[in-house]
Amino acid sequence: MQAVQSVQMKIIKTNNMNNYETVFILTPVLSDVQVKEAVEKFQAILKDAGAKISQVENWGLKKMAYPIQKKSTGFYSLFEFEGAGDVVEKLELAFRRDERVLRFLTTKMDKHHVAFAERRRKKAKA
Amino acid sequence: MAGKDSDIRYLTPISIDVKKDKYCRFKKLGIKYVDYKDPDFLLKFINEQGKILPRRLTGNSAKYQKKVAQAVKRARHLAILPYLADQLK
Repeated sequence: MQAVQSVQMKIIKTNNMNNYETVFILTPVLSDVQVKEAVEKFQAILKDAGAKISQVENWGLKKMAYPIQKKSTGFYSLFEFEGAGDVVEKLELAFRRDERVLRFLTTKMDKHHVAFAERRRKKAKA
Repeated sequence: MAGKDSDIRYLTPISIDVKKDKYCRFKKLGIKYVDYKDPDFLLKFINEQGKILPRRLTGNSAKYQKKVAQAVKRARHLAILPYLADQLK
């Protein structure tokens, strides 16, 4: 009896590009110009590492739930990008070296997360 | 003489919680992703001290409780949620 092979719509990953999302906090001591300059610096690092940035968000000065390095507020900003694995290494190395960054978190986006980010971008645009 | 048959009137009617069947809100609403960046949604799953509520209280299925716990821990790392708090809500 010929086994019916269930045709499953699977997203076959052709390249090794993954989607990542990074949120990082900059120290509140910076002026707006310095904040923009810092964010651009990390964007440049991503670009020349070969990543495709699909979303940049700046949530501005936000109050943190607990003080980090004696500071209770920080500039939050978010990058959403697509790239190979080593891009994240370069980015995080830059984060660790830069003392303006209080904290950062990079997450790999699974398909549900990507769909969620898509909807969120559309909502932001609308 | 006060009416003998004045029954005790409670200020608020005592609600005998009828057996509510718990359901997984993620399955019911079809939410597939728990976002670690938005605190108001995550606040539903932590108690006043900022601790993660167990499954028997939130009624989540195992798969989504793990996602919620993961999201809360990420939010805590990014100082969006506190590690410990008093009267958080």
